[in-house]
Amino acid sequence: MPDTEYIVRSDLLGKSFPGPKRGSENIVFENVNFRLKRGEFVTCIGHSGCGKSTILNILAGLETPSSGCVLVDGRLVDGPGLDRAVVFQNHSLLPWLSAQKNVAFAVKSKWPDWSDEKVKAHAQKYLGLASLTEGLDRKPHALSGGMRQRVGIARAFALETEVLLMDEPFGALDALTRGSIQDELIRIWNETRKTVFMITHDVDEAILLSDRIFLMTNGPKANIAEAVVVDIPRPRNRAEIIHQPGYYDIRNHIIDFLVKRSQELSGSVRAVPLSEVKTTQSLVYPPDVNPMKGITKNGSGRISA
Amino acid sequence: MNARNIQAGVLSVTLLVVFLAVWHVLTTTSSHEADATRMTAAQVEILTGKGMAEADIEAWSKQGLTFDQLDQIAGLGLGRDEIEAAGGIQSFGFTTGGAAEEAETGFPSPGQVWREASEQIFDPFHDRGPNDKGIGIQLAYSLARVLTGFVLAMIVAVPLGFLIGMSPLWSAAINPYVQVLKPISPLAWLPVALFLIKDSEKASIFVIFICSVWPMLINTAFGVANVKQDWLNIAQTLELSKLKTAFRVILPAAAPTILTGMRISIGIAWLVIVAAEMVIGGVGVGYFVWNEWNGLNLASMIFAIVIIGVVGLILDIALGQTLRLIEYKE
Repeated sequence: MPDTEYIVRSDLLGKSFPGPKRGSENIVFENVNFRLKRGEFVTCIGHSGCGKSTILNILAGLETPSSGCVLVDGRLVDGPGLDRAVVFQNHSLLPWLSAQKNVAFAVKSKWPDWSDEKVKAHAQKYLGLASLTEGLDRKPHALSGGMRQRVGIARAFALETEVLLMDEPFGALDALTRGSIQDELIRIWNETRKTVFMITHDVDEAILLSDRIFLMTNGPKANIAEAVVVDIPRPRNRAEIIHQPGYYDIRNHIIDFLVKRSQELSGSVRAVPLSEVKTTQSLVYPPDVNPMKGITKNGSGRISA
Repeated sequence: MNARNIQAGVLSVTLLVVFLAVWHVLTTTSSHEADATRMTAAQVEILTGKGMAEADIEAWSKQGLTFDQLDQIAGLGLGRDEIEAAGGIQSFGFTTGGAAEEAETGFPSPGQVWREASEQIFDPFHDRGPNDKGIGIQLAYSLARVLTGFVLAMIVAVPLGFLIGMSPLWSAAINPYVQVLKPISPLAWLPVALFLIKDSEKASIFVIFICSVWPMLINTAFGVANVKQDWLNIAQTLELSKLKTAFRVILPAAAPTILTGMRISIGIAWLVIVAAEMVIGGVGVGYFVWNEWNGLNLASMIFAIVIIGVVGLILDIALGQTLRLIEYKE
């Protein structure tokens, strides 16, 4: 039955690979529990190798977990599907199709019965939302990196899915381009209010975009240590957000985590072992932390250093 | 057109001119020997006296017939037109070029080749019996064989290559056979084909098929197996069916590699048809070259060799242009 409050749920999610020795295994992460509220923008920050991209790929259905499961809108994810749209780091546009046709191709896949005009209009609407009105007939190689990623974002939003997954969408862009696309992403998200789960390396980007920021400990045996609540009013923009009270509290909290605690906590964040979980109520979620108020809201995760 | 292209063009033309000049100088020094086949005025007089037209004497002596042979032909009392209509002088037991073997040992000069070429080019489709067909007819036969074999190979290789490329299991299973069959000279198949098919035309098409099939098969499998995972992920997240993924994502992604395989194939097929036709005979550019050699019509032979090169180039350009249409940049 679909959950009305939470659209995405990850229960005791784990991923491991066979280790170098026979019978040994490298546990990337295990017992990862989290929930995303409907319409929530959540980013996930952690050092390389903590498995954040793997979590996203499992949500997308492109990888299978070693243990646990993810549910989207109450349905078990057992493969990729049109109920989730993905923006990849390297844009992943089909290079033989123009920008416009890349989006139209996705739209036509979701709504095969639509007429060509309707598909085109729909594609153009979302390309327009991503500030792409010119050069739509150009192939991806003739577009700048920023424009390519805009097309990728337009393609994902054009599918009008409830859930969007973004794997470091701005990772390959220069700082200036990155900034302007961040502003556009906020705008599109404001207009559509879809649930977004995004991986990033950039602390300022995370604060600018997110409702909550998942902080991941270092791998192996990584986990989500806490969820930082970003209580800065929307609409936000890059120029003003840094002057908001509390901005640097959040920023310092995250930086402190990434520099010190992510390593200290590595391998120590434990949810209740699988054998002790009788119902989903007994799952332990990472606590919500609000650095602006210095208090911990709901959640009851146990952190022991 | 940039400056370098112009320079390269000028250099190319210069090289050609130098080559032709050297060729001309080397061949014309011994040209007087070739006059040995020409009849003397006295001989011509004897032949005309027996009722042979002067134009006929000229034509026949050009074919390399000696005075003695012409004398015998004159004894038949038939004009050249009548003899040609009856199947040529060969059917009367005369061999052309018999005299030329002694006399025309000189390599033709560029001028002679040019004269031969201009005759052939302005009358490419003439058909005067089995051993005197225009270059156009010969080319048409060769091209028809190449294209038939090539298209058949395409029909087999592209779907099969797709299957192999999509499935690592099939790829591993079929690979040893491909590796063994690939290095076999296509001409080695000719006797097998002739024995099994018992039709030289179909056998030559089979040889083209077998030499075209490997590059296309290997390239298709390689192209399909190496489609970027990102694009397959896109297809998956869009819930495309297997068939749609194959046609809308894998095919366009692998198309440049597949077409490169075709380009290699058509090049090899054009190389092979010349050799195959020399063996099989009948008609075709390969046989034409061989026949001209047997008749020591070296000028005509050289002309045919140049034409083979030009047609090969055109085939390559045609596929190169198609490749440009479906190529993409990343």
